[in-house]
Amino acid sequence: MQREPDRGLTHVEAGTLTPGGGRSSLERSSLRRLPDRLLKWGLTALAAAILALIVYFFVRLADESSAAFSRFGVFGFTFDDNWDVSKNIYGALPLLVGTLITSVIALVIGVPIAVATALYLNELCPRRARGVLTTLVELLAAVPSVVYGLWGVFFLIPRLKPVEQWLSDTFSFLPFVGGPVAGPSYFIAGLILAIMILPIVSAISREVIATVPVEQKEAALALGATRWEMIRIAILPHARAGITGAAMLGLGRAIGETIAVTLVIGNAPTIGKQLFDQGYSLAAVIANEFGEAAATPIHRSALIAAGLVLFVLTLLINGGARAFVIRGERRRGQA
Amino acid sequence: MSALSFTTSPRRRRTDAVMRGVLLAATLVALVPLVLVIYMLISKGIGAWSWSFFTTDPTGSFLGDPGGIKSAIVGTVAMVLLATVIAVPVGVGVALYLTEFGGGSWFSKAVRYFVDVLTGVPSIVFGLFIYITLVIGHGGFAGWKGSIALALLMLPVVTRSAEVVLLLVPNGLREAALALGAPRWRVVARVVLPTALPGLVTGVLLALARAAGETAPLLFTAVAANATTLNFGGRMNSLPLQIFNDVQQAQDRLVQRAWGAALTLVVMILLTTLIARLASRRSTT
Repeated sequence: MQREPDRGLTHVEAGTLTPGGGRSSLERSSLRRLPDRLLKWGLTALAAAILALIVYFFVRLADESSAAFSRFGVFGFTFDDNWDVSKNIYGALPLLVGTLITSVIALVIGVPIAVATALYLNELCPRRARGVLTTLVELLAAVPSVVYGLWGVFFLIPRLKPVEQWLSDTFSFLPFVGGPVAGPSYFIAGLILAIMILPIVSAISREVIATVPVEQKEAALALGATRWEMIRIAILPHARAGITGAAMLGLGRAIGETIAVTLVIGNAPTIGKQLFDQGYSLAAVIANEFGEAAATPIHRSALIAAGLVLFVLTLLINGGARAFVIRGERRRGQA
Repeated sequence: MSALSFTTSPRRRRTDAVMRGVLLAATLVALVPLVLVIYMLISKGIGAWSWSFFTTDPTGSFLGDPGGIKSAIVGTVAMVLLATVIAVPVGVGVALYLTEFGGGSWFSKAVRYFVDVLTGVPSIVFGLFIYITLVIGHGGFAGWKGSIALALLMLPVVTRSAEVVLLLVPNGLREAALALGAPRWRVVARVVLPTALPGLVTGVLLALARAAGETAPLLFTAVAANATTLNFGGRMNSLPLQIFNDVQQAQDRLVQRAWGAALTLVVMILLTTLIARLASRRSTT
């Protein structure tokens, strides 16, 4: 919600010029106006400092990663399938692929469930259960990443292995499925990410769904639509842009998520042949290798470069997500 | 109703029932991991809890007695509090700029946009940034550097929530105070901020709860230590990092400590969240 600033009274400086141009007797002396000016300029400077900080942020990351980029080339670093710490060769493709695969798995599993949850909570849930269920879904976001990782390692990986093996054998005709199942894998990492993005995707979807005009829903019902048909013809088309934005915000979260993924992806710097193979992700490689990398400048630079790639990726995705959410809001304005 | 059922064919009614069932099932599926996580935390974590678990430091010994998590609890509380002290004035200040002075200018739009950008930055990148700017060549790891990394993480959350709350302060209040001749700084300090206080507290506590669970920003800023310390100039232990390090050990007693620490951390976060909710409830009534 953008506030239309009240261009009336509150934005007039205390003690304005009188129409004649002279000083009103009500006007404060410039000395007494000083605290106001200080406050205004102080806060403006603070806001400007945030902008400066982000620019500085970017410049320093780029500066520190320049060694890796100049050694391997921006393209070579990002898209070479060769991450070999012992030989000091850093091509981040296996990490990029791992990040993208796990995030896509997270979206495929997490978004439909999150949207269904949002629809159920907003449209179908009995009023009395709604508060409790909403709080419970939100609680998923209160569990720290490292705790999901711990749970993944000691519960999800051992318990799901037979299930994964069965999936792998049964669906081996699909591409990227089949063969022996590793314990930690892209799939497990994706599943944990799905759980982690669920609360935010669900929360934003609920906000978007709540903006669908009641008249449209009632009109659908009045025409004889069932509840589901009302959802399908009145809510989903209206909320599509917003839900897309929510999914993209979830994608941004999934891409940047570090600790849980580090614990369950297997940390193998190769491109896995199938869904249930071990892999690596951009964020996980930083978390794992940074400690040892401090001694080797090129290794450190490569990891910071991985951070920069991550940063740029999340910027693009979040920028896109915002555009979608704003488009959704604009539609709401017209409706 | 009878007319409605007359026109709704059995097939459509069936579809409706099935889809309602699917949506309900999806909601229950979403809660399965929560139940499982909480069940595992309690069943494994309670066993690790004991008096000495909370009152001794980790020994760092791999085979012998692993020790407790005292330094981790103290370190997490200390670093998160310092991060709050840093993030709240800046975050609320920026929010005040946006609501009280920024108006709809391009500059305030840019600030709002970049605060949103900060929200999306992965927490490990904040850790990297602090490492580059404050750790290498500047005396190594320290607790206060971890706090700054956490503060960067909290900043956008505090700013956005504060902005929302400040916008809820009725303009009539501001205008009444100005009409009485109060200067703007007084309006802000005596009218706007006190009115918004409960909401601000809620936002801050939620940001604090989020920061308390973060591991990635601390990995190479505050690192870890065994001894309990309140010296922000040296390495500091924290619960998330203690868990992260213990999980990766193939030693049952260390893993058990990880479960105990995880339960402690989750309880602390849930209590903070609960207090935050209570604060906001007070503001609405």
